[in-house]
Amino acid sequence: MALLDIEGLSVRFQTSSGLFTAVEDVDIRVDRGEVWSIVGESGSGKSVSMLATMGLLPWTAQVTANRLEFDGQDLQRLSSRQRRRIVGGEMSMIFQEPMTSLNPCFTVGTQIDEMIKQHKGGSRKERHERALELLAQVGIPDPARRIKAYPHQLSGGMSQRVMIAMAISCDPRLLIADEPTTALDVTIQAQILELLLKLQEETGMALILITHDMGVVAETAKHVIVQYAGRQVEKQEVKSLFANPRHPYTEALLSALPERAGDKDRLPTIPGVVPGQHDRPTGCLFNPRCQYATDHCHEVEPVAAPDDPARTLCHYPLGEADAAGATPDDAPNPPPRPESTDHRSEVRP
Amino acid sequence: MSREAVLRASHLTRHYQIKGGPFSKPATVKALNEASFELFPGQTLAVVGESGCGKSTLARVLTMIEPPTSGELSIGKHQVSLKEGQRPPAELRREVQIIFQNPYGSLNPRKTVATMLEEPLKLNRKEMGAAERRKKALEMIEKVGLRPEHADRYPHMFSGGQRQRIAIARALMLNPKILVLDEPVSALDLSIQAQVLNLLADLQEEFGLAYVFISHDLSVVRRIADDVIVMYFGQPVETGPAEEVFTTPRHPYTQALFSATPVADPNRSRQRVKLKGEPPSPLNPPPGCPFAPRCHLATDACTRADPPLEPVGGEAADDKTVKVACIHVERSIAALETASA
Repeated sequence: MALLDIEGLSVRFQTSSGLFTAVEDVDIRVDRGEVWSIVGESGSGKSVSMLATMGLLPWTAQVTANRLEFDGQDLQRLSSRQRRRIVGGEMSMIFQEPMTSLNPCFTVGTQIDEMIKQHKGGSRKERHERALELLAQVGIPDPARRIKAYPHQLSGGMSQRVMIAMAISCDPRLLIADEPTTALDVTIQAQILELLLKLQEETGMALILITHDMGVVAETAKHVIVQYAGRQVEKQEVKSLFANPRHPYTEALLSALPERAGDKDRLPTIPGVVPGQHDRPTGCLFNPRCQYATDHCHEVEPVAAPDDPARTLCHYPLGEADAAGATPDDAPNPPPRPESTDHRSEVRP
Repeated sequence: MSREAVLRASHLTRHYQIKGGPFSKPATVKALNEASFELFPGQTLAVVGESGCGKSTLARVLTMIEPPTSGELSIGKHQVSLKEGQRPPAELRREVQIIFQNPYGSLNPRKTVATMLEEPLKLNRKEMGAAERRKKALEMIEKVGLRPEHADRYPHMFSGGQRQRIAIARALMLNPKILVLDEPVSALDLSIQAQVLNLLADLQEEFGLAYVFISHDLSVVRRIADDVIVMYFGQPVETGPAEEVFTTPRHPYTQALFSATPVADPNRSRQRVKLKGEPPSPLNPPPGCPFAPRCHLATDACTRADPPLEPVGGEAADDKTVKVACIHVERSIAALETASA
């Protein structure tokens, strides 16, 4: 049994201009001790799907799922009180902006203490000792002094360490880190990522890392999910994703990385922009920007082939030619692949 | 070199005075220290470093938003001599334009794209008629990859990448020679980032623009820069041709910065020069080399004097020489060689 088992998760928001689908049909299965990464651009629904799992979305969100289980418990059926016991304790989350995630009115010690009191209990002295131990564990120098510090007295990297200390204070079995290093400098980012991986190894918890940075994915995760416009387009092991991307979006995204572009004069680009609420295309969501798109892609929404381990959401997954005979019968033959795309055409009609 | 530099900076320094409160003494923050470089037409000079290293202060001094505390800045043949609070002469302001990081904050939400593009012409080319201004604006809109019908729209109707294109168009309206780009792509998504970088490369080719490209993203810098300045705590610690600096980083900070940057290649073995601690507070600078408290090569000698930026190996200095501000440069290079061996 997987630790976190999500099937067909969809999140819709009631907005003044109608129902907006932020996340559609996302499947995630995370086992104990695994490191996963969810990667995508802004608006791809990577944060929303995890916030839905944590139950942290506002009431305007309609969360539906065929299955939403944590350690065998159906999260959709639990009362809010039962769910509160899991969230923050066994399943914990770190957010992007360390400076705004901490309450400026209370000391770091008080905020860590609050977590432990809520989920673990214990005497005041025990909790204080546990808080000191946690601060030392996340690499904060001089914990006895820092435990009395207010958030404004700490730098961004230190604040993020405090957030991590709070998140692991109740020995969670799953830690979700939502862009934990985006607001930090590179040298501090390296320290924080190393700390997260070290803690993951020591405690054997599962880690889900939400990021937009392909470099972070390559250096930390074992498995990766690529999201685009609220849909999960591909799911692979990191090494094979970078070597053989299956979805045209992943391939385009990887080749747009400056360090992978080689000696070419100009970077390969993806024309156009991510579709918003009002300009959703028919058929495949990526078809207006896809260099391989055919008429079939404009009309029919793709479904992941059941025998495809990567669950690629595409009519013509890449590398299919090698895996003989996997093309669906009703689909016309894929078009010849153009060499490059026009990089000056980021224009929306 | 026979090329004529469009911008020359020597020993540019900018300090800020912090007023003391009832319980604290007044202090001086040395935001920028002794930056010297030359900029040539059609070339890109990249300035890299972490937050608080003085990158944006440099941008403000170069665009003459603020005068330098000391040091000299000359643009073209003109020597810039500014006093605090003084506006630079119009003919110099035209030469240097700036593009900011956040395209959501740098465009006036109440003005249409055409109005914004025409405004610099209105102020600087008073002889130009309305019809001609409009024509120029439309031409520029097309140049940056937008469509003519976008001219009468407001900024909120555009995506982030399109807004950055508008900011670029606005900066180019007066045909500047120098464009200061302060983190122009870091607020954009990866797929849009590549589009804007290509646009900048096209425009540079077409107009022979000189770019000062300020960024913390090393993979972007490596791709577009001709020369690099690596800054730490307000001062340049390593300068030189980009290819040279990226293949053989010589300053321990440059090495640490490069090795900390995640690379999108899962098969690369991770070997990090680990950095202890965090950058020092500008109100309480460490003695000697500012990098010494975090440096793995630091010795007592490092805390005695701030090392000057010197050509490596004592070669005759021309603009192709790598300069490093470190007294342990030989040890640092040796450490790099053993690590890669």
